[in-house]
Amino acid sequence: MSDRHGSVEEDAVERPARYWVLRGIAGIVSVPPLILVSAFIGFGALARDTGLDLGHTVVMTGMVWALPAQIVLIGAISAGTGIAATIAAVTLSSVRLLPMTMSVMPLMRTEKTPRAVLLWLSHYIAVTAWVEAMRKLPALPRSARVPYFAGFGTTLILLNLCAVSTGYLMAAVVPPHIAAGLAFLTPVYFLISLSAAAQLTADRAALALGLVFGPVFHLVAPEFDLMWTGLVAGTLAFLVHRWRRRR
Amino acid sequence: MNTGFWSLDATWWPYVFILVAGWLATDIWRFLGVFLSDRLTEESEALIFVRSVATALVAGVIAKLIVFPGGALAAAPMALPLAAVAAGMGFFWGVRRNLFLAILAAEAVLVGGSLLL
Repeated sequence: MSDRHGSVEEDAVERPARYWVLRGIAGIVSVPPLILVSAFIGFGALARDTGLDLGHTVVMTGMVWALPAQIVLIGAISAGTGIAATIAAVTLSSVRLLPMTMSVMPLMRTEKTPRAVLLWLSHYIAVTAWVEAMRKLPALPRSARVPYFAGFGTTLILLNLCAVSTGYLMAAVVPPHIAAGLAFLTPVYFLISLSAAAQLTADRAALALGLVFGPVFHLVAPEFDLMWTGLVAGTLAFLVHRWRRRR
Repeated sequence: MNTGFWSLDATWWPYVFILVAGWLATDIWRFLGVFLSDRLTEESEALIFVRSVATALVAGVIAKLIVFPGGALAAAPMALPLAAVAAGMGFFWGVRRNLFLAILAAEAVLVGGSLLL
């Protein structure tokens, strides 16, 4: 149909927000959410290994809603790190949420969107929801984007609260080999997806250097290993990027 | 004074810990992103630096989980998780760029290996 795009714009005028919320909920049926669900099943198993309660695990998943930050948090919890050093490490590990949020908001907002709604929806921003927003939102009429993302994000979070609980409970009943495999889902998922997402020289260098410096600082300075890894490997990666750009 | 997650024998303390060191430490960036979204660009050098630090930190945590795994994996020899990761990365970059199949390849090596050893 040649006027397909035009008819979508017309739909926006006719269709109520409820329709776009439902479309967002239906958007959950695709491959990236499935991978995220398996990663959260793995995280549930990892949380149990760390000694957390099911309640801690579910509340953490809903409140933080960023798997890398949750892994840092779990790492700090199992190391017995104090709250101040943990805040520093988790804050550092989630800086990427800033540019991600900043790049989605201009796509989503209309002049009428209340700031409170944008703050609420910003909580849903993490790798999977961000990729989905960048991929799907530009094709939707502007007035449909907020309800679509609200439907998608809310469903994604609720689905993964179930996933993390399932992983937590499964880890207790499955044989140890399978439990080990579940806990291993998280590092494998992130290593591969981070390496696929690393576009800039700086991202690739930071990934490679972080992989090497992480275990090294764990042996040398176990108390603040995460912060040192971030600062040293991150700065080196940035210098590599500057050096490459100058040439 | 020890302020770790397990340091206080009270049910509420872990939740305060999660709220402050988890929720506040992450949503502060998202909220800042909402307020700054019309000022900064994703290509600015400051943001590249800040993202490098974040990427390195996450990579460090991943490497620790692979090299020094806890719980069920702690008993396995270190070569096993390394071989599993190599299989996953090798599949993704060498055979097919399919995240799901690559994870499956890594898991097959890990679980298969731990059954044989």
